[in-house]
Amino acid sequence: MAKLLAITLIVIAIVSAIPILRHTWWMPEDISTHGHAIDEQMSETMAEAGISFLASQFLLALFIWQYARPRPGEKIKKFPGGAMGLVIAAFLLVGTEVLALGVFGMKAWANVYLAPPAADALPVQVQAGQFAFYFRYPGPDGTFGPLHPDQINEGNENFFGLDTAHDPDSKDDIVTAEMAIPVNREIHLLMHSKDVGHSFFVPQLRVQQDFVPGLDLSLHFTAAKTGRYEIVCTQLCGLGHYNMKAYLTVMSQAEFDDWLKKQAALQ
Amino acid sequence: MATTIHPPATPGIDDRSRLKATSGNGGGRCLVPEGGTLRGVRDYAPPPSSTAIWVFVGAVCMTFAALTSALVVRKGGALDWQHFTLPSILYLNTVVLLASSVTIEIARRRVATFMTGGREAASHPARWLYITLILGLVFLAGQYVAWRQLYAQGLYLATFPSSSFFYVFTAAHALHLFGGLVGMARVIRKLKLHVLRRSTLDATVRYWHFMDVLWIYLLILLWAKL
Amino acid sequence: MHDMSAQAHAAHHAPTGFIRKYVFSLDHKVIGKQYYGLAFFAAIIGMILSWIMRVHLGWTNFAIPGLHLLSKNGAPGDILTPEYYLQLMTMHGTIMVFFVLTTAPFAAFGNFFLPIQVGAEDMPFPRFNMMSFWVTFVSFLVMIAAFFVGDGPSLAGWTQYAPLSAVGPAAGPGQGMGEVLWASSIAIFCVGQLLGSLNFITTTLDMRTQGMSLWRMPLTTWAWFITSVMGLTAFAVLMPACILLVLDHVAGTSFFVPSNLVINDQLQPHSGGSTLLWQHLFWFFGHPEVYIAIVPAMGIVSHILMANIRRPLLSHRALIYSMGAIAVLSYMVYGHHMFVSGMNPISSIAFSFPTLVITIPATIIVLIWLGSLYGSKIRLNSACLFSLGMISMFISGGVSGFFLAQPSLDIMLHATYFVVGHFHFVMAVAAMFGIFAGTYFWFPKMYGRMMNETLGKIHFILTFIGAYCIFMPFHYLGMAGNVRRYQAFTDDYLQPLIPVHRFITIAAVATGAVQAIFLYNFIHSRFWGKPAPENPWEATSLEWSTTSPPPFDNFGGKLPVVYHDPYQYGVEGPAGDYVMQTDPTQIQLESDEA
Repeated sequence: MAKLLAITLIVIAIVSAIPILRHTWWMPEDISTHGHAIDEQMSETMAEAGISFLASQFLLALFIWQYARPRPGEKIKKFPGGAMGLVIAAFLLVGTEVLALGVFGMKAWANVYLAPPAADALPVQVQAGQFAFYFRYPGPDGTFGPLHPDQINEGNENFFGLDTAHDPDSKDDIVTAEMAIPVNREIHLLMHSKDVGHSFFVPQLRVQQDFVPGLDLSLHFTAAKTGRYEIVCTQLCGLGHYNMKAYLTVMSQAEFDDWLKKQAALQ
Repeated sequence: MATTIHPPATPGIDDRSRLKATSGNGGGRCLVPEGGTLRGVRDYAPPPSSTAIWVFVGAVCMTFAALTSALVVRKGGALDWQHFTLPSILYLNTVVLLASSVTIEIARRRVATFMTGGREAASHPARWLYITLILGLVFLAGQYVAWRQLYAQGLYLATFPSSSFFYVFTAAHALHLFGGLVGMARVIRKLKLHVLRRSTLDATVRYWHFMDVLWIYLLILLWAKL
Repeated sequence: MHDMSAQAHAAHHAPTGFIRKYVFSLDHKVIGKQYYGLAFFAAIIGMILSWIMRVHLGWTNFAIPGLHLLSKNGAPGDILTPEYYLQLMTMHGTIMVFFVLTTAPFAAFGNFFLPIQVGAEDMPFPRFNMMSFWVTFVSFLVMIAAFFVGDGPSLAGWTQYAPLSAVGPAAGPGQGMGEVLWASSIAIFCVGQLLGSLNFITTTLDMRTQGMSLWRMPLTTWAWFITSVMGLTAFAVLMPACILLVLDHVAGTSFFVPSNLVINDQLQPHSGGSTLLWQHLFWFFGHPEVYIAIVPAMGIVSHILMANIRRPLLSHRALIYSMGAIAVLSYMVYGHHMFVSGMNPISSIAFSFPTLVITIPATIIVLIWLGSLYGSKIRLNSACLFSLGMISMFISGGVSGFFLAQPSLDIMLHATYFVVGHFHFVMAVAAMFGIFAGTYFWFPKMYGRMMNETLGKIHFILTFIGAYCIFMPFHYLGMAGNVRRYQAFTDDYLQPLIPVHRFITIAAVATGAVQAIFLYNFIHSRFWGKPAPENPWEATSLEWSTTSPPPFDNFGGKLPVVYHDPYQYGVEGPAGDYVMQTDPTQIQLESDEA
């Protein structure tokens, strides 16, 4: 039984590590400008956690293999260094490990959440609701019209509750069900929810942020690669949660201008 | 790990002075006489109710701390906060509750005298307990009147966030206070049956004082925040 | 409110009537068994729910025969609807966390063994103890009732994030009556656990027998004591939160529902509430809850390990201090559940560091377990196997904590299957292995009969492999960005991951089926097992110095006197390589054990 358990442990540890080492299932390719810091942090954490994982499982297997054999007459041995040695080792090894991870991770976090958006960032408003995202671009005047939640009416496609009759700023606002952004330009995403909690997650962009009803939150990022990606909801929002998504298309500035014109014509 | 034997202290039934000397090495609170008869335990084990009451007070404090933080957060982010004046009967209720704290303290001393045999010094030991019980009921009635007054002003549970918190806090306190009244009724019953323990009495009295302090805290909180 | 007369009564006469003896019993041992039975039943329900969910995730249109019997609307044609999947998921999480992981290692084993291990005849407040179980039982009934009323149980997940949980029926099926039942059930549950914790703390502090100093208490007793302090504080916060949630439903208040919410084009009649308030209150309870599940398992595993490796742990105190440190830190780290919740990003950093620091006491515990195995004489019985398995699971779940403690990585991993894999390993499976270890170890004491060791070993190895097959791939899914709480995977980037889900489903169904071995072993041994001797494992603590099962007053009219620290293994004793706590024998000093 001891040998069986020890071998099982070692096999499980190695088999568990293989997909990680081979990146069989790994984060999708990074298309953002801030993402490399997160990816590096992920690799470093994976290295440290992986070594801890393999080392402890191997040690556990080794000790089970070694000390479950019947050894009549043999005295119980004491681990060299004793408990104090282990406590000091835990403090030093894990202490430096978590300190390093914490400090470097903080920088990666600060890149995303603490840096202010650039002054020329393109503002895009996103509204989450059960179970769809809607986007709003400010139009030529560069200003968003005010929202009137009491006028929200999905039948009239007034998803945001805009009052185009009375608010001049709302007249040129462009509302879409898909998101398009120009490549290599910072986007300032203004987020609000119309009903319950949702989340905005684009794995390739390395961004995730909850929508909190009652709070206006914002997020900023720059996409460095064109393509079509999925925006998914990660905060349980009700029965359609699994199907709540929108497409994000990253395109060149010229294509984006064209796209915006076409969308404006559709309003 | 220690491997020497510490011979367990073997205090005689009445030898309480030796117990202190053994504390920390075999447990100062291990009051079982040699041979470990159950009778010894029941007579000399420290009363768990005196520990339990502090533990319970701790839990109640956590509950009210959670509600307080809810109030602070809810008020901090709200545009819909409406102030209202507390019903003035609350101050009268406060006086009643403070008075009950005094009466229960008198009751505690009288009952204690009675239990140690001073019967002639304290005839009718339960009298002050009854008075406290009545004062407690008057306080609850007064709280009810305060609610009726708010109702009459059109302030219901869901009218304003401030009124919601008022009802929640006062109801939670009233419920805890009612628990104290039940405890007191049990103390009176046990006193009649001559099975009252000193620790039960003390725990109930401490809880009642705690209800008093908690109410003062709530009154200040509600007065300042609503 | 303090019923000493009941205790005095209990000490003299064991009750004879069936109701007093087995139903409304004041005996802590019966109450412990009742908790165990409740946890056992709840675990079966929770496991069946997980089967249904797993099959649905692997093969979305697979008809599970008879499923429509559970709910006509939820499973028309035996296929789960999206909303019913979420409702089952909510119930799986709630039942497992509250009624299995909290009740079994803490309330069940703690009730049975804490008074015995400190040498008491019972808990100080037997009536509170009885109420504690029956209140918990009522809470369970209320929770289960949600299956049968209205449109079923709540679908908001065990975390019940507002405003989805607070706006009422408009938010989705089960958000009306089902939600009110959920919040009421949990509020009632909190009352039960508060009464239980009160008893645990007072028993530990006041009911110890002669010679039983705090440092002479077994690690299990320490773990239960620390857990009850955590439980007292955490459940005292969850209870008012649940009451406020109920009020938002039934009284129209707005504690958690903000202004201007529009659902189905209807402006909701609430204003000004704070959704983050719920998250703060919930996680202030929720993170300590994780440790409420795992700390008793740590104590149980240490306790069992020492009896089976025939030596004391390298340090008794380091383990106690580490468990204490975990308990204290658990209140400072809860914000790591909310890194991307819209909380101030600075507070994310502030919550990140204590979360990383909590790995230090956890590592100390693991290293002491590993270091103690060195040079020991392991007896590989079922209880020991499950203890070693728990250590392996705790390591696997612990290392993924490094990732989730960092806000920057949480951007990628939050609300993905990585989180699901992490908490299932570190909290669910590890605690479950602790429960199994405790069952194999204490069964002789609880029921007076031995369990079958061969079946136990088969059960262990299959469960161990199965648990890794289920939960390790969850981490890979999470790395690839697979969002949790989806009833089907319609996104393009998730398509390549579906085979992994199918593998997990097969592993889950198989591992679940393996538990039939345990069920059979339990029932068979209960009635036809070999009669158990007083001390079958040659263990040292007080529960082994009384008969199996213990008499009504635990030690047969006398209380034991304690002469030793709890784990005197690997020494020269009168009966072998151990000296029991009640044995006045002088132990030979060995220099390297001093």
